Amino acid sequence: MVSLEEGGFAIFLVLLAFACLIVAGKTFDQVMAFHAGIGALIAAVSVFWIFKNYFDDGGEPIPQEIGGKPNYNMGPVKFGSVAAMVWGLAGFTVGLVIALQLAFPALNFDLPWTNFGRMRPLHTSAVIFAFGGNVLLATSMYVVQRTSRARMPGKILPWFVIVGYNVFIVIAGTGYLLGATQSKEYAEPEWYADLWLTVVWVAYLLLFLGTLWKRKEPHIYVANWFYLAFIVTIAMLHIVNNLTIPVSAYSTKSYIVWSGVQDAMVQWWYGHNAVGFFLTAGFLAIMYYFIPKRADRPVYSYRLSIVHFWALIFIYIWAGPHHLHYTALPQWASTLGATFSIILWMPSWGGMINGLMTLSGAWDKLRTDPVLRMMVVSVAFYGMSTFEGPLMSLRSVNSLSHYTDWTIGHVHSGALGWVGYISFGALYCLIPWLWNRKGLYSLKLVNWHFWLSTLGIVLYITSMWVSGIMQGLMWRAYDQLGFLEYSFVETVEAMHPFYIIRALGGALFLLGAVIMAYNLWMTVRHGEAEEAEATPAGSLAPAE
Amino acid sequence: MNETYTAVAAFAQTWGLIYFMILFGVVLAYALWPKNRKKFDDAAKIPFRED
Repeated sequence: MVSLEEGGFAIFLVLLAFACLIVAGKTFDQVMAFHAGIGALIAAVSVFWIFKNYFDDGGEPIPQEIGGKPNYNMGPVKFGSVAAMVWGLAGFTVGLVIALQLAFPALNFDLPWTNFGRMRPLHTSAVIFAFGGNVLLATSMYVVQRTSRARMPGKILPWFVIVGYNVFIVIAGTGYLLGATQSKEYAEPEWYADLWLTVVWVAYLLLFLGTLWKRKEPHIYVANWFYLAFIVTIAMLHIVNNLTIPVSAYSTKSYIVWSGVQDAMVQWWYGHNAVGFFLTAGFLAIMYYFIPKRADRPVYSYRLSIVHFWALIFIYIWAGPHHLHYTALPQWASTLGATFSIILWMPSWGGMINGLMTLSGAWDKLRTDPVLRMMVVSVAFYGMSTFEGPLMSLRSVNSLSHYTDWTIGHVHSGALGWVGYISFGALYCLIPWLWNRKGLYSLKLVNWHFWLSTLGIVLYITSMWVSGIMQGLMWRAYDQLGFLEYSFVETVEAMHPFYIIRALGGALFLLGAVIMAYNLWMTVRHGEAEEAEATPAGSLAPAE
Repeated sequence: MNETYTAVAAFAQTWGLIYFMILFGVVLAYALWPKNRKKFDDAAKIPFRED
């Protein structure tokens, strides 16, 4: 008998496929026709897949436990990890291309699709939502199952979440290249993509809560708290910031219900909390699970992690207005944003200390284990960029730093250093676990990845500091008659060498990721590595 | 308009502060309560209890 879940999803997807076909047939908007076509195709293939699966396994319910041990559902986790690596390579490559475009504008090729304005959101979305998002989805599904000692609920639901999310990525990314955008930073996808993401995200929340509901472990481990905060808050931010009214059901274009400065405020409430809850809370969950696992020691202070969690989520949500200093936003609002940014120093550094001190008594592992080293350096970068951020949120510093490359450098110290490294570390742990390998194919290659990309990050950040501060100072320079000292193009010229250094940094970072992809591929393909890892998996010597 | 702003600001600046301080106090008390110690020490070991 077809289960209610299989039947429900099948009916929903059949209806969706027909709706997409109707839209694709009636629309005059070519981008909409293309996206509706993709939607119809994927929905139809998914229905076929549901029934093929049903006939293959004879409709037998999946056992929740095998031999007294939870029968974890790792298929979607594997899918997410592979997708993360693939999107990561794509996103880093596009980043390198646009870095080179800034240094050599001829690389825009005078084509609309390869223009910087379209490639830039492709880069940011690919690295944040495609790479980072898949890392978060995969690790959260892994961690919540393992720490709850329960299988994820549902047969189709986990696949719906992970595949549905990646369909959103494809729709969003191709949309940018074809010119469909609502021009909100980090929220560029148009209304129909947003609507689809909302459906997928609610399914994700239900999947996560369902797993917690089924848990055998009475206490909910702290990593799950961070994941849950990430899922719930992103749902709220996404919906409020994307309340748009489409021109028609057959058009890609829509208009936001907020207007003027309210729209700006909602946008940066969203924008900064995307940093706070997507790029911070979610990856802190990874820190709280994968660093203790890899170091083979429990987290330094569980009590600190509780204070860290509640302080972080209650304070972060107020920091957004610091993106709107010296704008139409009332000054009290931007002061409020800056004040809460300064207060954020405390939970940020509390969390950083908690992550780093987990290694106390095991620091020697950093010499032998480049994966652990990567994760520890990641936490160090977290500390550095969360120190820099509040500083830049102050009005006096912001007047120099805003709209300059300093901001780009700051974002990348967080993105490449913190988010990138903790994700790489998590994937280096996760891939051997998922494919039942003793260890990675080669730790030497991890070492190469580590040093190449560290050099890349350092080149990136330092060149952007110099370039950004120089740019800011040139903009505010006056001569003795009160005229501006420099024209805009002179600042652009002055920044050229730093753009080349930045592109070099990006190239090194990409090279490291290519080495990583090769290493992971070889880990999966040739299980028994020539250089087996020393870390015993799963065994535990009680610490303290 | 102006009075509304002043009133809201005054409310936020006093009660907002008190709200956050109380909340922080509750979190600290929960985290540091001596009775919870065993529970949290145990929770920290959850990642190693999997099978």
